[in-house]
Amino acid sequence: MTVAAKTIFDDVELLKKELVRCMKCGNCMSVCPIYSVEKKESSVARGKIALGEAVLSDDIKIDDETLVKLIFNCLVCKSCMLACPSGVRFDRIILGLRAAIAKKKGIHFIKKALFGLLKKPELFDKGMKAFAAMQGLFLSPEEQGKRAPRGFLKGVSPRFDEKFIIPELTKESFRDRVKEKEEVPQAQAKALFFTGCSVNYLYPEVGDDLIYVLKRNKVSVVTPKKQNCCGMPVMVHGDIETARELAQKNLEVFEKTGADYIITVCGSCGSALKHEYPIILEGTDYEEKAKKWVERVHDISTFLLKVIRFESPKGNLNLKVTYHDSCHLKKSMKVFNEPRQILKTIPGLTLIDMKKPDACCGSGGSFHLTHADTALKIVKSKTEDIKGTEAEIVCTGCPACMMELFEGIKRFGGNCNVTHTVSLLAESYRSEQKS
Amino acid sequence: MIDSAFIERCKSIFGAENVLTDKAELIAYSYDATPGIPREIPGVVVFPENTKQIQELIFLARQTKTPIYPRGAGTCLSGGPVPLSKGVVVSFQKMNKIIEIDPDNLTATVQPGVVVADLNAAVSKYGLLYPPDPGSMATSTIGGNVAENAGGLRGLKYGVTKHYIMGMEVVMPTGEIFRFGGKCVKNVTAYDFTHLFVGSEGTLGIITEIICKLIPAPKYRKSMLAIFDKLEDAGKTVTDIVRAHVIPATLEIMDKVTIQTVENFAKVGLPTQAEALLLIEVDGMGKDSVEWEAEKCVEIIKQNNGKYKIAETDAERDSLWAARRAALPALAQVKPATILEDATVPRTKLVDMLVAVQNISKKYGLMIGTFGHAGDGNLHPTLLIDPMNKEEMEKVHKAVDEIFEVALSLGGTLSGEHGIGVAKLKYLKNEIGRSGIETMRRIKQSLDPDNILNPGKLVPMED
Repeated sequence: MTVAAKTIFDDVELLKKELVRCMKCGNCMSVCPIYSVEKKESSVARGKIALGEAVLSDDIKIDDETLVKLIFNCLVCKSCMLACPSGVRFDRIILGLRAAIAKKKGIHFIKKALFGLLKKPELFDKGMKAFAAMQGLFLSPEEQGKRAPRGFLKGVSPRFDEKFIIPELTKESFRDRVKEKEEVPQAQAKALFFTGCSVNYLYPEVGDDLIYVLKRNKVSVVTPKKQNCCGMPVMVHGDIETARELAQKNLEVFEKTGADYIITVCGSCGSALKHEYPIILEGTDYEEKAKKWVERVHDISTFLLKVIRFESPKGNLNLKVTYHDSCHLKKSMKVFNEPRQILKTIPGLTLIDMKKPDACCGSGGSFHLTHADTALKIVKSKTEDIKGTEAEIVCTGCPACMMELFEGIKRFGGNCNVTHTVSLLAESYRSEQKS
Repeated sequence: MIDSAFIERCKSIFGAENVLTDKAELIAYSYDATPGIPREIPGVVVFPENTKQIQELIFLARQTKTPIYPRGAGTCLSGGPVPLSKGVVVSFQKMNKIIEIDPDNLTATVQPGVVVADLNAAVSKYGLLYPPDPGSMATSTIGGNVAENAGGLRGLKYGVTKHYIMGMEVVMPTGEIFRFGGKCVKNVTAYDFTHLFVGSEGTLGIITEIICKLIPAPKYRKSMLAIFDKLEDAGKTVTDIVRAHVIPATLEIMDKVTIQTVENFAKVGLPTQAEALLLIEVDGMGKDSVEWEAEKCVEIIKQNNGKYKIAETDAERDSLWAARRAALPALAQVKPATILEDATVPRTKLVDMLVAVQNISKKYGLMIGTFGHAGDGNLHPTLLIDPMNKEEMEKVHKAVDEIFEVALSLGGTLSGEHGIGVAKLKYLKNEIGRSGIETMRRIKQSLDPDNILNPGKLVPMED
C-alpha cells in the first residue's frame, strides 16, 4: 500500500492544527467517565491535549513513562467530543499520540503477536477455537454459558478476581456455521453482515437474531466468511499499520460481495467502517474505496427505520426494558433515536429511561482489564443507574457493552438481564409466529 | 521552594495518593481557560480532604516561602488558578461534599469542590435554587465561583455569586482557621468579611467551607426571541423593558456577526440580515404575573420594530435557546481559537459599546462576534484568532486594549464576571486609580505578609 500524504497517525507534528482548537474551557470534565472517578486533570481530554502540546514544544518526551500511562488512560468513548464547544477532534488526537508512542517505543511483544494474528484471519480463527476448546483450563465453569477465570489468572488483571465472569467462547464460530448467503425472494435490498469478533466468538445468538430480522424484513444477507476484525482494537493501541491492513483487506472482501449496504450490530465496528477507515486510509489508494461505503454502512436500527420498509413486530413481549447508549453507536455513529423507536414498536414492552443512558459503561475494549480499578468504579455507577429503573432487561447496541454490563450487574448486584436490541426485536417477531 | 523534603512533607500531610509529582501530571495543572497568559508548570499538586491539611500546608509554605495556587475546576477566564512559579497547586476536586441542605433556613453548607450544577441538582429536590449560573456551571466548582465572584445568565434579576454567600470557613495565609457569617439573614457583626473574600481570587485566604443562600425555584417561565433590523432598536428594547419595571431572568443579546455565524453553523432559522437578536425569559412564582411580564415584553418589542417568536412548550423553548447556546461553539468553528472578553457597561450604554466593538473590529481587520448578557450590560466580545499568526496576534492585543479603554470611558468596568487574575492586571489602575491599587496592596500585605497565596494575581505588587 502506498501512503501518498502523511496523516496525523504518521506525523505527530500534524497534531498541532487539532490541538490548537482546544480552548481549555473544561466542558469535557462534565462528561468524561474517567475524570468522574479519578478527579485528575490528566484523566480528561483537556489535560491530555496539554500533554500533546508539551510533546510538540519539547517540554516532555513522547516516551516519558508517566505520559505514556496517561495517554493510554482513555476509553476513546468520545463523550468529550459531544460536549466540546469548539469541535476538537479528540479521537484523532488521542489515537495520533498513541501511534506516535507506538512508533517510538514499539508495541509490546504480546500485543504485537496478538495483533499480527488478527491480520491472518485463518490463524486467528484457529487460535480462538483452540482457546475455546481449552477454556476450561483458564476459566472455571460457573453457570450455563458463562465462565469465571481460574485463580492463576489473577496476576494478569486485577479484574480477574472471584467475581469476574465472561460469556463462554463458542466452540464453533458464528461465521463457520451460518450460510454465507441467505437469499430472500423479492428482496428489498442486499446487505452484508459485518459480524465483528464479539458476535463471531462470544455472542453468536445476536448474529442469528440479526439474520432472522433482516430476512423477516425481506433483505438478502451475505455474511462473508473471510471478513476480518474491524481494526478498532489495534487502532486504539496505536498500531495504525495493522489497522490499515485490516481495513484494506475488509474493503476487498466487501467489494466482492456486490452488497448494497453493510450492517453492523456493534457500535465500534460500525464507527470503524464508517468513520475511521477514510481517516486512516487518507492519502492511500484505498481512500476512495473506503469513502464509497461511508453512506452505506448502517447500524441495524438505522437500516431498518431509515433505509428499508420496516415491518413492525406484532408479538407481545411483556417486559420492562431500559436502553444503554453504546458510546461508539451514539457518539460516533450518532445513532440513539432509532434503537429506542424500534423498542417502542414492540407490543407490551415498556421502555424506562435510566439516568444518563449515554454515560460510558467503562468497557473500552481492553480498558476494563488494563485499568480495572477505574473501570470498576465506572461500571458500578452505571449498574446503579440501571437498578434505579427496576427494568427486567437492559439492552444495548454493542456486544462489548453487553459483556461489561453483564459483568457489572453480576458483581454489584441486581437481576437485570442483558441483551442486544436486535434480539428483543427478533423475539417479538418469533412470538407472533407462535401465537 | 519545592525540594524532596517539601514533597515528603506533603505526602505525610495529604497521603501519597493525594500528591502528584510526575512532570506529565504537573503539566496538566499549568493552565486554565484563559488564552495567552504567562504560566508555569507547578512543583507539586496536592488534593486536600479536610481543613486541617490545608492549615498544615500553609505552615509548610510559610516556612519555605512557597507560593500556593488554589484550584477548583480550572475553568477560570482570567488566569486565577494558573501557577506563575514552581509552587503548590491545591486542587479541591476531592473536597466536594455537600455538608448540609437546610430547606427551612434556605441554606446549603458545602465544601469548595462541589460542582455548581451538582449543588443545584441536590437543592432542586427541595424545590430550591442556587441562582448564579456561569456558562461553566456543569464543571466549575462553588469554591472557584466564590473566589472569582462568578456571574451568569440570570445576573440581571437574581444577581451574582456575592449575593448568595452567607458565611465561610477560611484558612488564613498565616495559618489561622477563621469562620464568619452563618445562617442568619441579618448579621452585621464585625467587618463584612463575606464581601472581602468573595472575588478575592485566592489571594487573601483559602476557602474551605461555604454557606450558600438558596431561594425557592420559580415555578413558571416564558421565553421569547426578538429580532431587530437596527441595533438601536434592540438597545432601546432592553432599557424600555426595565423602565416598564419588568426584570427578566434572562435578557441576552447577539450581534450580526454572531447571528450569521450561528445560522451558518447550526441552521436554526435565524434571519441573517438582522442586526441584533434578543433572547428574553421572564419567570416567577405566579402564572398571571409571568404572563403579564411576557405580554409587556412583546408590547415593547413591537413598539421598537422587532419581530418575535414566543415559546409555548418546553420543546419550543429549547429551540429558542439553541441559538444562544450555539453562539460560542459557532464562533469557535470559524478560526482556530477565540478570546472571550467580558467588558461591561451600564445598561444604557449597551448600544454605544456594541458599536465601538464593531468599529474596533473594522479598524484592525479582525472578526469579533459579540453576544452576552444585555440586561446587565455584561458583553462578551469574542475575538476569533489564529494563535500561530504572530502579526494577527499583535493586532488582537491592541484591539483588546481598546475594548477595555472604551468600556471604562462609558462608565463601565474591566470585568463583569471573569475576574482580573493576570489577564487584566495591567489595566487595573485605569479603573481604580493609584489610591485603589495602594488600598489593595495594604489589604494584601496585612493578611498575607509573606505573599504566598496566589502571588502575582489581582493585586499588582510592583508598578
